[in-house]
Amino acid sequence: MGLFAKIKAGLKKTKDVIAYKLNKLFTGGALDDDFYDELEYILLSSDVGAATTERILTELRDVVDEKLLRDRADVKEELKRIMVDILDENPAPEYEYPLVIMVSGVNGVGKTTAMGKLAKKFKKEGKSVLLVAADTFRAAAADQLSVWAERAGVRIVKQAEGADPGSVVFDALTSAKAKGDDVILVDTAGRLHNKKNLMDELGKISRIIRREMPEAMYLNYIVLDATTGQNALSQVDIFNEAVDVDGIILTKLDGTAKGGVVLAVAGDLEVPVVYIGVGEGIDDLEEFDSVSFVNAIFE
Amino acid sequence: MALFSGLSEKLNHIFSKLKSRGKLTELEIKQAMREIRIALLEADVNFGVVKDFIARVSEKAVGEQILKSLTPGQQVVKLVNDQLIELMGSTNSKLEVSSKPPTVIMLCGLQGAGKTTMCGKLSQYLIKQGKKPLLVGCDIYRPAAINQLKIVGKSVNTEVYERGTQKPAKTAVEAIDVANSKGYDTVIIDTAGRLHIDEALMDELKEIKKATSPTEILLTVDAMTGQDAVTVATTFNEQLDITGVILTKLDGDTRGGAALSIKAVTGKPIKFCGIGEKSGDLEPFYPDRMASRILGMGDVLTLIEKAQSAVSEEEMKKMEKKFREASFTLDDFLVQFESLKKMGNMSDLIGMIPGLGNLKLSEKDIDEARMEKFKAIIHSMTKQERDKPEIIKSSRRKRIADGSGTTIQDVNQLLKQFDQTKELMKRMKNGSFNMKGGKRKFPF
Repeated sequence: MGLFAKIKAGLKKTKDVIAYKLNKLFTGGALDDDFYDELEYILLSSDVGAATTERILTELRDVVDEKLLRDRADVKEELKRIMVDILDENPAPEYEYPLVIMVSGVNGVGKTTAMGKLAKKFKKEGKSVLLVAADTFRAAAADQLSVWAERAGVRIVKQAEGADPGSVVFDALTSAKAKGDDVILVDTAGRLHNKKNLMDELGKISRIIRREMPEAMYLNYIVLDATTGQNALSQVDIFNEAVDVDGIILTKLDGTAKGGVVLAVAGDLEVPVVYIGVGEGIDDLEEFDSVSFVNAIFE
Repeated sequence: MALFSGLSEKLNHIFSKLKSRGKLTELEIKQAMREIRIALLEADVNFGVVKDFIARVSEKAVGEQILKSLTPGQQVVKLVNDQLIELMGSTNSKLEVSSKPPTVIMLCGLQGAGKTTMCGKLSQYLIKQGKKPLLVGCDIYRPAAINQLKIVGKSVNTEVYERGTQKPAKTAVEAIDVANSKGYDTVIIDTAGRLHIDEALMDELKEIKKATSPTEILLTVDAMTGQDAVTVATTFNEQLDITGVILTKLDGDTRGGAALSIKAVTGKPIKFCGIGEKSGDLEPFYPDRMASRILGMGDVLTLIEKAQSAVSEEEMKKMEKKFREASFTLDDFLVQFESLKKMGNMSDLIGMIPGLGNLKLSEKDIDEARMEKFKAIIHSMTKQERDKPEIIKSSRRKRIADGSGTTIQDVNQLLKQFDQTKELMKRMKNGSFNMKGGKRKFPF
């Protein structure tokens, strides 16, 4: 670039800055407080949470000033980009086989249903799948998983209700090794994260898996219900402490809840969302796509 | 961490900058309400509900006299707390009874809210009141749901009526006939979890309602629900005209703002709370406790009640005297352990203490196993050592460690904690006890 062109470019930039500032000063731009209030409303009502919303909007204001944005549509796109970036920061794990996935979470988030769907998904990819009914606590949980095993056409290992979940997992892994299964999916009992003994039990199951199948890739997924509010942060945080959470399965996105709390989770705790559940059918599990997820928040 | 002390402190900070003279001014209120707003939003109270609530409280607060006994910050928190309690209504955990038996109770809600578990709890609750309930399995969709209900029913000695995947309304009507002929006075209908926007399934509920004319239609809601609680509750209420709400999973660490949202938009009472996985884990709804929980103040009242039932009044008085005189010995420390144990699971208790609600469970401070260790150590001491721990020097420490099967480090740790507790007591006695943001180590 020649000297003259440089100066011209520099001047143009200055001109833009001045125009931008004047516009902002006199009209509030197109970006008055009402506009930001509207954005704030969208985020808060999607369960993004007050703290994360504030953080995101502060970042947005900075970028808007930096890029001299004046158009509402541009600002909205920028906001979406910020949100997508937060969600994409930690990529989903790439699978290697044999693969053990243990699924945990609080009560009623849809663990067993998610297990059934996952089983079907791997089965469709031609993998040999074993479901493990390590929820020996909730009444009829193993029966429920059996139905899913049948629907997905995969094997299941279970024991009587009240059995030690560790022993169910041990049996299952022995069986999986003998049969050479590619994917072992472990369903655990729902537990509230503030019950220490139940969290310890999860740690114990985890140790058994590591010990019995050191050659396998072992992942821990936590299931979050999209209708859950800010408590999801506490859930992921404490489950993460017990078993090192590798990813999130976000369920029940077919309702009106947006599941925005995963933005707080992804931002604060660096755990990626891997799958989303969008219905009760066996195929209603999709790989997480941050762009369509964020777009859905703005619909 | 939004804690009571945190919130109170933040508010005090605002007020200290603006010199309050007797009355709260509009500007002060406005700034304070910003903090309140964040606290409520972080507790998952619905955005719209927060807005209305803040407007209402602000109006009340302007011109309010500042009480001598409170700081302006505390006063605003108290005002907010009072308003929350008022909004959430009074304690009303009575189930209506039909003049023409059987009384029909229908549970409905989203998937995973805890309806089936709640059926068992309600059943046990009614049996305790001398009723004879019959459970009806109308969840014909979720695999093994009826099996689950049967197991739940068995555990609380209640019959379950089910007809497999037969149309729920038909099954429910048959169940009422069975109740009439076999002398069951209450029929509890377990319905399938469904999305409020699923028209076909909402119609199914309306059919059941039409066929059975329930006395109670109770919406079961997960206490961890976020902003969507409003949409869900509004829709269920519009479609079915519910009679009340049951909040489940309150034994978690959620702040439970959904309670306020639901009450605000439906006006229907919250009748019960589920507080655990056992069939007896059912509590009436206490608006005052819920208010402090939403504000992050911890469930102080429950804690006090639990403490009262675990420690006899006499013990309490004795302890109080020791507190006053600061003549606290290791024997008393032991008694404290025992009563704490009687009060229930340590981690449950910690959640109820203001300022400690968000403490991580893994923190060694509250390790129950460690408490057991401490007990063993104290048991291995002589009377003299227990009364005067300062005489415990290295050789005694070694003997005590050997005797209790622990290490010298453990003994040191116990003595250190004992000192800290004593120190804490001195401070409580002097009235300067202040839990700062929950960072203070718990004294055992």
